[in-house]
Amino acid sequence: MTGADMSTVAAEAPGAATVDARKAGDWLLVATVILLCVWVLLPIYLLIVNALSSPEEVTAFPKRFFPSFDVGSLSFFINFAGVAKALWNSVLVATLTMILSIGFGAPAGYALSRFDFRGKGTFRFLVLMTRAFPLPLLALPLAVMFIRTGLDDTAIGLALVHTTLALPFAVLITFSLFSGIPVELEEAAWTLGCTRLQAFRKVILPLALPGIAASAVFAFTISWNEVFAAAVLTIENRTLTAFLLQSLGESPLYLKFAGGAALVVPALIFIFAVRKYLFSMWGIANR
Amino acid sequence: MAEIAIKGVAKRFGGFTALHQVDLTIADQEFMVLLGASGCGKTTLLRIVAGLETPSQGEVWIGGRRVDHLPPRDRGIAMVFQNYAVFPHLTVFENIAFGLRMKKLPQQEVERRVNSTAELMHIEQLLKRYSGQLSGGQRQRVAVARALAMEPDVILMDEPLSNLDALLRLEMRAELKGVLAASKTTTIYVTHDQVEAMSLADRIAVMHQGRIVQAASPVEVYRNPAARFVGSFIGNPPMNFIPAVKAANGSWTVAGLTLPGPKSDKQKIEFAIRPEDIDAGDEGLEATVRVIEPLGPHTLVTCDVEGGLFRAILDSNTAVAVGDRLRLSPKPDRIRWFDPETTNAL
Repeated sequence: MTGADMSTVAAEAPGAATVDARKAGDWLLVATVILLCVWVLLPIYLLIVNALSSPEEVTAFPKRFFPSFDVGSLSFFINFAGVAKALWNSVLVATLTMILSIGFGAPAGYALSRFDFRGKGTFRFLVLMTRAFPLPLLALPLAVMFIRTGLDDTAIGLALVHTTLALPFAVLITFSLFSGIPVELEEAAWTLGCTRLQAFRKVILPLALPGIAASAVFAFTISWNEVFAAAVLTIENRTLTAFLLQSLGESPLYLKFAGGAALVVPALIFIFAVRKYLFSMWGIANR
Repeated sequence: MAEIAIKGVAKRFGGFTALHQVDLTIADQEFMVLLGASGCGKTTLLRIVAGLETPSQGEVWIGGRRVDHLPPRDRGIAMVFQNYAVFPHLTVFENIAFGLRMKKLPQQEVERRVNSTAELMHIEQLLKRYSGQLSGGQRQRVAVARALAMEPDVILMDEPLSNLDALLRLEMRAELKGVLAASKTTTIYVTHDQVEAMSLADRIAVMHQGRIVQAASPVEVYRNPAARFVGSFIGNPPMNFIPAVKAANGSWTVAGLTLPGPKSDKQKIEFAIRPEDIDAGDEGLEATVRVIEPLGPHTLVTCDVEGGLFRAILDSNTAVAVGDRLRLSPKPDRIRWFDPETTNAL
């Protein structure tokens, strides 16, 4: 007892300076967290408040702190000419992107996690490198090529571009997903009478399905949010992002807010639903 | 029925040779333990028999059929993995039934087999649970039940008890021995635990650096190690080794003691004796006591003999103190000799 007391007393005197330093560090941490929260949440807050206010309130001053839950802006936006079609195009392109990225990404992720092959490290690096090329650089040649092949202004053409954007993430997420499933489970299935395919279907797929679904949702969101390629490569069949970019420049403020909310809210909900798997993509344990 | 023959099997991973030309025959219904330190190739050999690894060369025969080109499902084997590999998305019942359903057995037969193996492994009250709700020992029981329900010719076990705590391991060991003897399957069991190997095996294959050094009954492996490695690996404490120098008319001088030994044209060989085969007396090896460890039934004495460590298990009533000079006499019929160059027994 006394021994322990002595040591605390002895430790306190030279420790005072470090305690101060640690307090300052705590404050810095708290301030940074608050700043980051404001940075992310304030625009979303303004978006929601204005989208849920009547057109008159949006332009009025001073602002209300809480929205009036008037759906005037939103209903005007929904009935705005072309919005419904753009919404449908967005869903169509995003769904195609989702199917394509999982169709190609999941097998690649499985191969990366289960097999050792020559150039595996390079392949993983290249998968990431596809994100290093700025899309604007590729857009013009891509547009020319699409016009030549007749892919321009089609949902499948845009979905192909979005797939190249979403594919690296699909590969990385499913890679970490399959790596988290012990190979012994598969081997046990083989010894119990399964072929490779049966073992995958009966053992690996049921275990990986939630994560694959999450990866699919993420691919959907990437396509849903993408604006540049959509604006360059489509004219008639615009997605919602491209449509808003084109038509909202000169539209009234309340319409911009309603359109913004219509884009942001679904994406936020999707990302929130699959956050666990997005963390695991970067090697952070998801349990 | 299901004799296993491993003929000239070798395995190379890139430049690393995991197995050098291994030959081993395992009789029908025999319990064969592959024993060795980690990295000796024992798990690789087991996985080659299972079909989870392809041999770089050589043949594997099970029950008179060459199987090394067949996938695991066509080899008539069942396997128990170190980490149990119980399917987490299926109940215990469906885990045990998994292989039976793959065989497309009628539901009645599936139920009969699941229930009887579950009863055998004392897990009948767990059939509706998922593996997340089971303890390590229970998962191990499920894994064994799943293998037994297949009624395979051969059961392969890869360190099945090493993830269990000591007490449970003891309990499962005895149970496994009874269950597997009753099931009349041929068993290959991989372990690094020599006590496990001694207590379970009909025969032990001691492996070292990708080779089988000796394959014999537990007592034979213990009493008559075929190579120095076997003597130094098996036994706790292991065998003692002392250099022996050639003396007149075919005898050898060992730490001041002249003993009759094998005929050899070498000038120096190695004398070996197990610690328990030594008595303290008036004549024998000259030893200086370094450490005394009373263990109850006997006392473990570590001495200096010829500048090397030498362990003797003496009766607990022997009066010794650190620094004492002892004379240790080895039991003549338990003395073994090794060639220091080939390390083989002479």
